[in-house]
Amino acid sequence: MSSTESMVRMKLGVLACARSGDKGSSSNIGVIARTPAAFEFLKEWLTPDRVLEYFKPLGPTGIQSHVFPKLGAMNYTLEGVLAGGGSRSLRIDAQGKALAQALLEIDVEVPAALVASLVS
Amino acid sequence: MNRCVKIGNGQGFWGDSPDAPLRLVKAQPDLDYLTLDYLAEVSLSIMAVQREQDPRLGYARDFIGVTKALTSEWKNRRKLRVVTNAGGLNPRGCAEACVAALREAGCKGMKVGLVTGDDVLSFAKDPGPHAEHFRNWETGEPISTVADRLTTAHAYIGADSVAEALRAGADIVVTGRVADPSLTVAPCIVEFNWSLTDYHRLAQATIAGHLIECGTQVSGGILTDWLELDDPVDLGFPVVEVESSGSFIVTKPPSSGGKVSLLSVKEQFLYEMGSSDTYISPDCLVKLDDIEFIEEGPNRIRAQGARGESPTGFYKVSATYRDGFTASGMLTIVGRNAVEKARRAGEIVFERVRRAGFDLARTHIECLGYGDAVPGVLRRPDPEDVVEVVLRLSASDPRKEAVDRFAKEIAPMVTGGPPGTTGYATGRAKVRPVYGYWPCLVPRSLVSPVVEILEVT
Repeated sequence: MSSTESMVRMKLGVLACARSGDKGSSSNIGVIARTPAAFEFLKEWLTPDRVLEYFKPLGPTGIQSHVFPKLGAMNYTLEGVLAGGGSRSLRIDAQGKALAQALLEIDVEVPAALVASLVS
Repeated sequence: MNRCVKIGNGQGFWGDSPDAPLRLVKAQPDLDYLTLDYLAEVSLSIMAVQREQDPRLGYARDFIGVTKALTSEWKNRRKLRVVTNAGGLNPRGCAEACVAALREAGCKGMKVGLVTGDDVLSFAKDPGPHAEHFRNWETGEPISTVADRLTTAHAYIGADSVAEALRAGADIVVTGRVADPSLTVAPCIVEFNWSLTDYHRLAQATIAGHLIECGTQVSGGILTDWLELDDPVDLGFPVVEVESSGSFIVTKPPSSGGKVSLLSVKEQFLYEMGSSDTYISPDCLVKLDDIEFIEEGPNRIRAQGARGESPTGFYKVSATYRDGFTASGMLTIVGRNAVEKARRAGEIVFERVRRAGFDLARTHIECLGYGDAVPGVLRRPDPEDVVEVVLRLSASDPRKEAVDRFAKEIAPMVTGGPPGTTGYATGRAKVRPVYGYWPCLVPRSLVSPVVEILEVT
């Protein structure tokens, strides 16, 4: 996309649903695009590096990801993000249940020409 | 005609709705099997505490209440079989209590299957030549570092033993740590006479079990679009209709609320799923990439395309070990500068504990309502706009007396803290033991599940 193209800013939650939970001290976030066009856009835009950077304040040690084309979905595992996890963490969200909702708050810059196909 | 077996889940975790199993069974009169999942990663350590107080305990006692509630169904000669991991640490105690409840209700002749043999604590404490497998798979540490503090170690055994109990005529099967999806796989093996090496079908049934094991999470619970659900008061618990091919439909009782949709099923499919193309169960490896979900009607989603491969030579083990003590307490701070007041109040509490002679090993201050649930990630409001926050204070330490002291320092803030401090009705913070989680492996050859049948006389 060219840098002169006009962009529209929206929350990821407009384009996708998500759910998160714990596995030991890691947490996985499943992200499901709301439309096929949104999936094609998000699988390029929502890179593992971008997700890792977004959650950096929580101190993850790494990230794994897997794309499910048949489901229009991506799955991210943030390693070591739960400060000890389920039983040891002192955080209110010791099990990472809130991480998916937090990710849906990320700002996405979408080319204006694509907006109609992404959100319908 | 393509016969199907209908398997429901009426309990997604220990603490789920106590009425759900009977409600599901009444709303879905043709249900063949009811699965009830009581065990999360660290549930067994909670049961260990209860067992220390009374050796007859150590299982999910809620299940005995569920059994009593279901006896009216069985007495009406209804064919309904129950598969549950309610046995926890003490499946025998649970099965015996279940038999006693059935006897009292006059359900003579019913059979309770008991599956034991998942307890591998003795190996975990002294793994000998198998020490490599008992290393913590997250940290790589050898289990000898916590061996003297281990409280539980249980292998996630598979569907084969549960199927054996069902084949022996059990109306109810009580297990300890069986892999959650295997509670659903076992009835399919028995109903369709699947071979234990028919991995594609086992893979399909494993996904069916994975989708329903958390109860209403697949039928509208925690859905991103939760606010749009119809009738969330009577949120339906899930049912899978599995066909002999392994293809299945996820649905819920027709009269119930909530929603089984492509989005609800996909969200739950990915829930607590590792980021790879393979889901590991004791029954098979499930290859995930070709799985498809198809909407066949309202609240009816078909799942197909899971492929299976032979399982590994190991069982996953969840071990837990004593790791000191913890407590958390909350106060609500209302008014101008609520965030600053809350933070200062928290710092004062911890400084008082320090002056009392306890340098707590770990402490944490959260201003809930100000973005601290996912700190540094969620957008914070302007502090000027925040006129109420919940202050949550947490601490942990190897010494119980240190955490006890911390728990006692929160209440004094009600009279000595910031103006607008309220919400202390829940009383002093409770000091609890911490159980660390130790995931590792055990070679299958070391684990020998045993099946017994107890008959109600």
